[in-house]
Amino acid sequence: MESIGVLMLIPMNSYLEQELQRRYNLFKLWTAPQKPQFIKEHADSIRAVVGNAFAGADAELIEALPRLEIVSSFSVGVDKIDLAKCREKGIRVTYTPDVLTEDVADLAIGLMLAVLRRLCESDRYVRSGKWKKGDYKLTTKFTGKTVGIIGLGRIGMAIAKRAEAFNCPICYYSRTGKPDTEYKYYPSVLELASNCQILVVACSLTAETRHIVNREVMNALGPKGVLINIGRGPHIDEPELVSALVEGRLGGAGLDVYEHEPEVPEELFGLENVVLLPHVGTATVETRKAMADLVVGNLEAHFSNKPLLSPLV
Amino acid sequence: MTTPNCLGNHDHQSKELSQVLVLEPPPIMKLHGDQFLNDFQLLKAWESPLPLDQFLSIHAQSVKALLTPGRYPLTKNILQLIPSLQLVVTTSAGLNHIDLPEFQRRGIAIASAGDVYSEDVADMAVGLLIDVLRKISAADRYVRKGLWDTKAEFPLGSKLCSKRVGIVGLGSIGQEVAKRLQAFGCRIMYTSRNKKPFVSYPYYSNVLELAADSDVLIICCGLTEQTRHMINKDVMLALGKEGVVINIGRGAIIDEKELVQCLVQRELAGAGLDVFENEPHVPRELLTMDNVVLSPHRAVRTPESLTAMCEHVKGNLEAFFSNKPLLSPVMNI
Repeated sequence: MESIGVLMLIPMNSYLEQELQRRYNLFKLWTAPQKPQFIKEHADSIRAVVGNAFAGADAELIEALPRLEIVSSFSVGVDKIDLAKCREKGIRVTYTPDVLTEDVADLAIGLMLAVLRRLCESDRYVRSGKWKKGDYKLTTKFTGKTVGIIGLGRIGMAIAKRAEAFNCPICYYSRTGKPDTEYKYYPSVLELASNCQILVVACSLTAETRHIVNREVMNALGPKGVLINIGRGPHIDEPELVSALVEGRLGGAGLDVYEHEPEVPEELFGLENVVLLPHVGTATVETRKAMADLVVGNLEAHFSNKPLLSPLV
Repeated sequence: MTTPNCLGNHDHQSKELSQVLVLEPPPIMKLHGDQFLNDFQLLKAWESPLPLDQFLSIHAQSVKALLTPGRYPLTKNILQLIPSLQLVVTTSAGLNHIDLPEFQRRGIAIASAGDVYSEDVADMAVGLLIDVLRKISAADRYVRKGLWDTKAEFPLGSKLCSKRVGIVGLGSIGQEVAKRLQAFGCRIMYTSRNKKPFVSYPYYSNVLELAADSDVLIICCGLTEQTRHMINKDVMLALGKEGVVINIGRGAIIDEKELVQCLVQRELAGAGLDVFENEPHVPRELLTMDNVVLSPHRAVRTPESLTAMCEHVKGNLEAFFSNKPLLSPVMNI
């Protein structure tokens, strides 16, 4: 039987690479000196693409792979995949929901605590020897602060559940209200931002949600407000974010994602009211393994004509 | 005759206001000045040019109440100079600065911080734990140094959900920590001087067995003779190579030298510390480790807590001077 060609776009997890290598003919795009050439050379045998949050099957790649049957993403966010094109060509798309929900929600709360209680900054204070000269200043209490969530899907709900344990009142904005929850619904992000102290982005990135957090929203959140982003960089208008923070119109930010990763606006490096993470929302040993198993499991299911484990398209 | 400043501002009213001795300024004074205690006459020992024992001999003979922030040890020697003392109100979360048996012997009541700080301290414990497991401070340093590159992976962290969390001391703070971590899917167990009657978390009668069954130990108890160096090498080895210790109690509950050795030799995976044996000194080995998070004893330092503490102190003093029960009496010494 002819071996199945799987194209992996960038390095993402060595366990995943190993497992794919064992089962398929794995093509590692990042090792190619000339990418278009490499793709052309192997297009005949490539039937699957594995991408992640940073790199996905866009229209150009899909067109270049006539035998493509399935795109299996090592992520829950699929904004880098041309879903319309996949639908058009009957290409299946799978992703990794649920297994990473807890890690992302844990990190969202971790960012809230780190920003409000200045954990990173006070750690720096100790390491630099400043504690010997004087006490660190006061920081802000987290318990009881109102948390506003943009997007009350799996991750948004998990964040709400955790914040509730800190007696935080929860409110949210969503495309549609969620009648099953008791959390307060606001029909616009602007109203949500005006009524909470910590605003967290937890929705998926689509054409509608790009720059959903803009200058107006950040001004409404205000000089004591804190913005947390564990969604996608383009959810926030990044230049506006930088000026809001530098000018003090926004109280603080905890960011795991940026518009042009791995670039992070350097103006943020000198601010003590921000925490900057390198897109590690799902970066635990346990969760990355679970995600990898799901990617492999979906491919195995597809190539043995069984139902996909976590299809999106 | 001029009254020295340290005897209070309300000259004509000074006979009506109850006296409260203050040896050193509590943090609530830094935030609110002493306006919050308009109802009491403060005897501010630190503002006097006299050495403390002289000041007390002259001015504190009939003082019944003392307000202490907790750094100054309240020993037998001090008590001898304040013979009329009936009440100590402390704004510190801990009681280790008070010679408890001596106070009990003399029948002096102690009003503790109660649970004013518990939420802030619990928040700090959870924040430190997530930071250690998910490497938040280390990752923030990494990004600010310009090291982020999508090809080189920042080291993976460890998942918090379903970790077995052993809480050492299930008082007000320990219970707030437990409540929070349950929402993250952690499995809570605890050890305490006594088993708590209405608590469903599994109880361990000693910390060694608790450590053997835990992935994380969170130190939430007070410092006493029994708890000094209670977290020793055996406990840390029992916790294991994947184990994490979080300390928001007192530095001396952990054998700090052994902690450093265990971290250096990778017998422990990481630690989050708000307190140290010899503050503000921190063992230099820790200063370059990426698997520890260091905090300069700030767990209670939020304006919200300080404001709440003002009200709490006022409440205890008012109760005492009107012969009503204290809000937060320390009972079992």
